[in-house]
Amino acid sequence: MTLTHLANPTRFLRLTSRLLPWLAAATAILMAIGLYQSATAPDDYQQGATVKIMFIHVPNAWLSMFVWGVMSLSALGTLVWRHPLADVSAKAAAPIGAAFTFLALVTGSLWGRPMWGTYWEWDARLTSVLVLFLMYLGLIALWRAVEDPSRAARAAAVLTLVGAINLPIIKFSVDWWNTLHQPASVIRMGGSTLDRAFLIPLLVMALAFSLLFVTLHLAAMRNELLRRRVRALQMQQASQPRA
Amino acid sequence: MSLGPYASFIVTSYLLVALVVMLLIGWIVVDYRQQRARLRELEAQGVTRRSGRGAAELS
Repeated sequence: MTLTHLANPTRFLRLTSRLLPWLAAATAILMAIGLYQSATAPDDYQQGATVKIMFIHVPNAWLSMFVWGVMSLSALGTLVWRHPLADVSAKAAAPIGAAFTFLALVTGSLWGRPMWGTYWEWDARLTSVLVLFLMYLGLIALWRAVEDPSRAARAAAVLTLVGAINLPIIKFSVDWWNTLHQPASVIRMGGSTLDRAFLIPLLVMALAFSLLFVTLHLAAMRNELLRRRVRALQMQQASQPRA
Repeated sequence: MSLGPYASFIVTSYLLVALVVMLLIGWIVVDYRQQRARLRELEAQGVTRRSGRGAAELS
């Protein structure tokens, strides 16, 4: 099955309806396993039990960037290939990405207070993630402000691609600047520095949250397609001559 | 399972994540039902897609 094959919204809706129950079930099972592993993971010798916040903070932080990456690919799909589902994908992903970014910021703050002694510090990593959150909100506002979906899609696609510059800044901020936030400890040259007792629950939770994103994204795309059909039918109804 | 002196920070983090995820799921489910209801309403008024397919075939 190719992307061109899925360009037909009706075919996409049919496939989504078949996939969603399986994806939701896989997400629930993986999330339950991840939560159990997080609960039974040992305390860190320095951080104690607060290390458990990592199991939800890190997946949300990863996804906050990953979702913008998905939206950037969708933006290319809108501007370059004019794929009919590309802007549907970007629009559906934005609120989910905003939620993950919000959770990354708040759980990071709740982790930072006992570990760093402060909820917030205007350092490069925290500030660049806050900028990402504000960009998500800006995109959502743009989609709501422009009534014509195709005009909104083009403007949002350009803004998304410009905003993608922030992704490497977030990723490498801990290397480029002197920040309070710790440097990368999982995805880094030379392998992870995390002990297996923490790494395995973290990876399971990351996979569970990624599946959660895929499930919610497909469901939100289905909603967006239905919304566009409602709009098209309403316009058709308005243009019909009254008897 | 003892969460130590910072239990409130850990519990608040997990509860907040659960709440936001539930809100996201709830919002998507409610939105889906609303769109389906609007499509059925339009169909009942005799407005159908040019292909002739009804709302029931959309999902």
